[in-house]
Amino acid sequence: MNTPSKLSPPKRTRANGVDTSKALTFTFDGRAYTAYEGDTLASALLANNVRLTGRSFKYHRPRGILSAGPEEPNALMELRTGARREPNSRATVTEVFHGLSAASQNRWPSLAFDALGVNGLLSPVFTAGFYYKTFMWPACFWEKVYEPMIRNAAGLGRAAKEADPDHYEQANAFCDVLVVGSGPAGLAAALSAAETGARVILCEQDYLTGGRLRAENITLDNKPAWQWGEEVTARLRAMPNVRLMTRSCVFGRYDGGTFGVIERVADHLPQPEENQPRQRYWRIVAKQCVVATGAIERPVVFPNNDRPGVMLAGSVRTYINRYGVAPGRKAVIYTNNDDGLRTVTDLYQAGADIVAIVDARPVPSPLAQSLAQQTGAFLFPGGRISNTLGRLGVAAAVIGNKAGKDQRFACDLIAVSGGWNPDLALTTHHGTRPVYNEQIAAFVPSIKAHDLHIAGMVAGTLTTRDTLHEGAEAGRKAAAACGFDSAGTTELPSAGVDETYAIHPTWSGIDQTAPQKAGKAFIDFQNDVTAKDVKQAAQEGFRSVEHLKRYTTLGMATDQGKTSNVNALAMLAEFTDRTIPETGTTLIRPPAQPVTLGAIAGPNREKHFKPTRLPPTHQWATEQNAVFTSNGLWQRAQWYPRAGETHWLETVNREVNTVRNAVGFCDVTTLGKIDIQGPDAASFLEKLYVNAWQKLAVGRARYGLMLREDGFAFDDGTTARLSPTHYVMTTTTANAGPAMQHLEFCHQVLWPELDVQFISVTDEWAQIAVAGPNSREVIRQLIDPAFDISNEAFGYMAAAEITICGGQQARLFRLSFSGELAYELAVPARFGDALARRLMEVGAPYGIAPYGTEALGVMRIEKGHPAGPELNGQTTAHDLGMGRMLSSKKEFIGKAMAARPALTDPRRPTLVGLRPVVATDALVAGSHLLPKGSPASAEYDQGWISSSAWSPTCNSWIALGFLSEGPSRHGEIIAVHNPLSGTVTEAEIVSPVFVDPEGKRLHA
Amino acid sequence: MRITCPHCGSRGLEEFTYRGDATVRRPAPDAPHDAWVDYVYLRDNPAGLHKELWYHGNGCRSWIVAERNTITHEIHSTRLATEALSEEKSGS
Amino acid sequence: MSSKHYSLFSLLRETLRGNTGWKPAWRKASPQSSYDVVIVGGGGHGLATAYYLAKRYGMRRIAVVEKGWIGGGNVGRNTTIVRSNYLLPGNVPFYECAMKLWEGLEQDINYNAMVSQRGILNLFHNDAQRNAYIRRGNSMRLHGVDADILDAAAVREKLPFLNFDNARFPIQGGLLQQRGGTVRHDAVAWGYARAADQLGVDIIENCEVTGIRIENGRTTGVETSRGFIGAGKVGLACAGNSSRVAAMAGLRLPIESHVLQAFVSEGLKPFIDCVVTFGAGHFYVSQSDKGGLVFGGDIDGYNSYAQRGNLPVVEDVISGGMALMPRIGRVRLLRHWGGLMDMSMDGSPIIDKTPVEQLYLNAGWCYGGFKATPASGLCFAHLLARDEPHEVATAFRLDRFGRGAVIDEKGMGAQPNLH
Repeated sequence: MNTPSKLSPPKRTRANGVDTSKALTFTFDGRAYTAYEGDTLASALLANNVRLTGRSFKYHRPRGILSAGPEEPNALMELRTGARREPNSRATVTEVFHGLSAASQNRWPSLAFDALGVNGLLSPVFTAGFYYKTFMWPACFWEKVYEPMIRNAAGLGRAAKEADPDHYEQANAFCDVLVVGSGPAGLAAALSAAETGARVILCEQDYLTGGRLRAENITLDNKPAWQWGEEVTARLRAMPNVRLMTRSCVFGRYDGGTFGVIERVADHLPQPEENQPRQRYWRIVAKQCVVATGAIERPVVFPNNDRPGVMLAGSVRTYINRYGVAPGRKAVIYTNNDDGLRTVTDLYQAGADIVAIVDARPVPSPLAQSLAQQTGAFLFPGGRISNTLGRLGVAAAVIGNKAGKDQRFACDLIAVSGGWNPDLALTTHHGTRPVYNEQIAAFVPSIKAHDLHIAGMVAGTLTTRDTLHEGAEAGRKAAAACGFDSAGTTELPSAGVDETYAIHPTWSGIDQTAPQKAGKAFIDFQNDVTAKDVKQAAQEGFRSVEHLKRYTTLGMATDQGKTSNVNALAMLAEFTDRTIPETGTTLIRPPAQPVTLGAIAGPNREKHFKPTRLPPTHQWATEQNAVFTSNGLWQRAQWYPRAGETHWLETVNREVNTVRNAVGFCDVTTLGKIDIQGPDAASFLEKLYVNAWQKLAVGRARYGLMLREDGFAFDDGTTARLSPTHYVMTTTTANAGPAMQHLEFCHQVLWPELDVQFISVTDEWAQIAVAGPNSREVIRQLIDPAFDISNEAFGYMAAAEITICGGQQARLFRLSFSGELAYELAVPARFGDALARRLMEVGAPYGIAPYGTEALGVMRIEKGHPAGPELNGQTTAHDLGMGRMLSSKKEFIGKAMAARPALTDPRRPTLVGLRPVVATDALVAGSHLLPKGSPASAEYDQGWISSSAWSPTCNSWIALGFLSEGPSRHGEIIAVHNPLSGTVTEAEIVSPVFVDPEGKRLHA
Repeated sequence: MRITCPHCGSRGLEEFTYRGDATVRRPAPDAPHDAWVDYVYLRDNPAGLHKELWYHGNGCRSWIVAERNTITHEIHSTRLATEALSEEKSGS
Repeated sequence: MSSKHYSLFSLLRETLRGNTGWKPAWRKASPQSSYDVVIVGGGGHGLATAYYLAKRYGMRRIAVVEKGWIGGGNVGRNTTIVRSNYLLPGNVPFYECAMKLWEGLEQDINYNAMVSQRGILNLFHNDAQRNAYIRRGNSMRLHGVDADILDAAAVREKLPFLNFDNARFPIQGGLLQQRGGTVRHDAVAWGYARAADQLGVDIIENCEVTGIRIENGRTTGVETSRGFIGAGKVGLACAGNSSRVAAMAGLRLPIESHVLQAFVSEGLKPFIDCVVTFGAGHFYVSQSDKGGLVFGGDIDGYNSYAQRGNLPVVEDVISGGMALMPRIGRVRLLRHWGGLMDMSMDGSPIIDKTPVEQLYLNAGWCYGGFKATPASGLCFAHLLARDEPHEVATAFRLDRFGRGAVIDEKGMGAQPNLH
């Protein structure tokens, strides 16, 4: 069937959306075809007489093009190749470009011969819910046999194998009135809103505006209707307060007037233009929105209604009028409404034979009668199509007359119309279910929102004239709600003819007296859900529409039931003897149409997944060949390898030894720094920290521990008092943000009466730790002579505002994380790089070397200082060995809850040091601690290792951990279990301070 | 969702951090244990209007009391926490 | 003869007679005047509770009342993952009990819920994360649960399409629980409903509880939209609506209701075999047997009863996906939706008596309720039948907040949106 007809492709007449002067070449399944600019893949394939376009999901039935829009369930393709391969693309909305390659999917070995077509023979077994009743024996076969078999057949298209090479953008836009859809209602709405001066955004998912104006052969003001649409479009484009976005699908309505929109910037091009994204994801914030999204035609359910050549009647007209393509030569029209009858005229004028008109309505239609006479077609009032024939496409229709007598007619096209369903997805995204309107036999929006207006076919208004008026009114109201009043009214064109609809709800052509007789009657084409499946589900008690959907998978394919949901629930109503309103409908979830993941992610991918924060010495560290590691968003130097060092541990050992024996320095800018000022600053600190602050002298710093209100440890750090009313707090790197938020909460919500102000200065100050026995000498080389930093004048925990290098502002703190004599020197961030370079210079005679986070970590373990692994949100002050810091004399955050019995239980695992019995036995963080000799079982579990390192100072592995009643067990040998690596080693429980427990070095 | 910060105007959800129920009040330091457990752990968690605390961390750093419907997500009012609380204390 | 039991034989017989003999999976029961036990909530947990009460504890007069259609809550809205890879001793035995029940579920209830132990891999991206996962994996092993640590090379061999070479936070390795995997979520509700129904449990849909009748401090039944139903005991299994229902008995709970969004892509030929969680962002993914990528991330973070979320989390989750798997750039999002999470104050559940006599609570499941379903049902049934906690659920007490015996896997404290 994919062989082009021997006749040359039909001439493109009347094509209002195609430029026949511009020919393009594309390929489908490897074969080249010609298209014109403006063609979709679907229109071009139809023009080339290609009817077979895909295979269905379950039975691999041959399928053709059903629709002319985003609702398409059948004609899904893989577009392009390689890294740009794009699966499941709907041919009906894919613009053809020169060189486009498209391929059918879910078939093997070929589209015309698909081996899995045998599934159709098994269809009596593969009924609704079949999976749930079988594949259970034997139990182990599910993962090994059954599921691989199912997965082998699963899915439709294939995702690309390589990273998407295209770029995507994210953008924001704000407007008064967002109009969704540019059919007659949307254009009228945009125009009337824009004429008031309101800022209007008009989004159209198609690449041309006009909607059904392009699809129908109708006139406005005695001109083809699409011309009016083009004129209005041109006027809107010229207005400065209007942004007209085509190829832009509004996919979701979110809270606060926020809409998600995908603009397909370059999907219609072989590659995006230079510096252009492939797609752009917009968040549009609108004060008011007009939904003018139109309607989607529904098929009729009849046996073998899925053969290529069965097409929605409105889509047939779209192909004729917009693309100049008649989808068939010998047509049968099957309709239950007057709108479907328009297809007779359009096809006839396009040169097709009208074989028969099957008008399902019980009352004979004079219109149908006159059309039958005009075109010489057989008319079947009250009839139905009871079957179709043909191997890879329709070759004949079996038509039953009112009396039930069947007759066979050769044909290659069956145009069906079961009526129109408002495309109301955007009106249900907030959870408002639509209601059934008997008059048009469809669900219409029921939402009442102050910022949402619904106009045109989506509101259930089905004539062009009413649609235009409703659109204009909606636009005017929306603008007025934003404070824009229109003096005049928007001039609307006059419609040429009186359109009628006159639907009678017939849902199926199935002979319910003998439903087994004919073939499968499909409701959901893509997921192969048939009328029989719905009936069986109802019989098994799946009578709620939500149960039906989930049990049969109806409406869960890529089209999300756009053409199937209403038919399904109508049939469910029939099978369960309920009305359609009693049966109800499901909610449509966003996105309204499938949207590209790459576009939503935008530029936030790969290296740019998250922003990168660089400390002030980063450039300098790069020059030193530092190896970097991520610490949250920060990139920090992990170690600084030197020539000749062959292993990172060698480097780290050298860095540790340098600090312990000479002097080293490390950028600690990433620690959170909060500048706190005000008369009540000290009182504020008292409330934040567990320990006392009022008596801290000016020029001194103190270690502090903060709890959460639930009594568990939150953060720690040192805070220095620079003046009676001025403190500088440091937090951990990880908690810099949360701590700031916590302080703001405590101040604004808990104690607003405290006269205190604070601000984060993490990025304002570069801070460098200078540590080691020679550190004082190195600092002396920098500090201006007026400042005395002798041990007597500037002892451990001293703090001062100083100047260095001849008057440069700086702050000096005598703090030590390493346990050595050490300082932290802070300078305005812009001098951080210079400070590192100067330290290298002046420190050279003292043996200075930079050290990274790894050496920092080793030394803090050697000193028993808790860090992230210990402050993990699950530990208490007691666990950290700081229980005695909790002041009993004052109130502070977390005090009350910290006193709960489970938090003060002495059996809680508490901080200890661990040293392996054999010094070279690695202690692995994450190992568990069990009494020596006990079985490896949770009931004996007494603790775990939180941090470990090889200590070059102790010449042994060392670790910090938490052990039940740990502090009273120093000296005991305990078993270190790491079942993941299958090891059990022994370690001695020791004090967590491995180096200089008396603190002589840091006081030196 | 959009939240109107009393300082900065209407801003996107992504600028804010949520804390929760704004009606709970920190007990006095010597309050009974149960009062503390209530404050830290128990919540009305209403379906409907909810007074709640938001932090405009990517903006002016204000804590804001918003009145929001937890069924519709509609925000009925926003106030600075400092103002809302000082009014409460002064009894107006 | 009708086809009640599912077997190869019944399937063949029904094929031959045009599938006309299948019976409703569960009866559409109408409420009787009273029951021994009334379970409020026809989700996975409520239905499983009813099933185990009848099957294992021999109780007979049991009703499950559901305000809508059964399985319409979180059991039908989740991302279908099952696992028992927990850290804390209060949790591990419970989730492992659930895992063992999953492993025998289909034969037990004669319903194929497609329990698929395709493995769950938690990726880590730095040393601190690795150490935390080693601690967790070792805890699992000590509890007799399977766990393995993979290095980056082993992860690459298993999932070669992940972003190893151009990542902001390079993959260092992962913690694998091979017995974890996915289960067809809706089928769990239907399977338990059908099995419970066959044991005589009344499953009453479209029956909304509007009040809890308490006389002298003792629960005597529930007021419903279909009239009063007397009950010896009332068990609440209402997930995101727990606070609303508990309020009918005058109770305040340590719970906030939050929205968690879930996502599914269009169907693709399968390429992701196991469940993968990204350690440097909020993203996890598996691929269903229909080919859709089923994924999710963090909760939106504000109290909500709306069953839908907002764009910041949509963007956050999808950018996590693109960071981890840049090949999915052209894959399309098909649908996203939200469920109501009963976020407890420590991130762990509650299965306990309440201060009101004969009123029992099963709540606080956060976003982890689905995997717990069988054990939650079993333990709640045990509590209802025996008035004492099941041995694997002894930590899930309501008074633990007062005592301080919280079970805080993430270490986030009393801030539900951070768990």
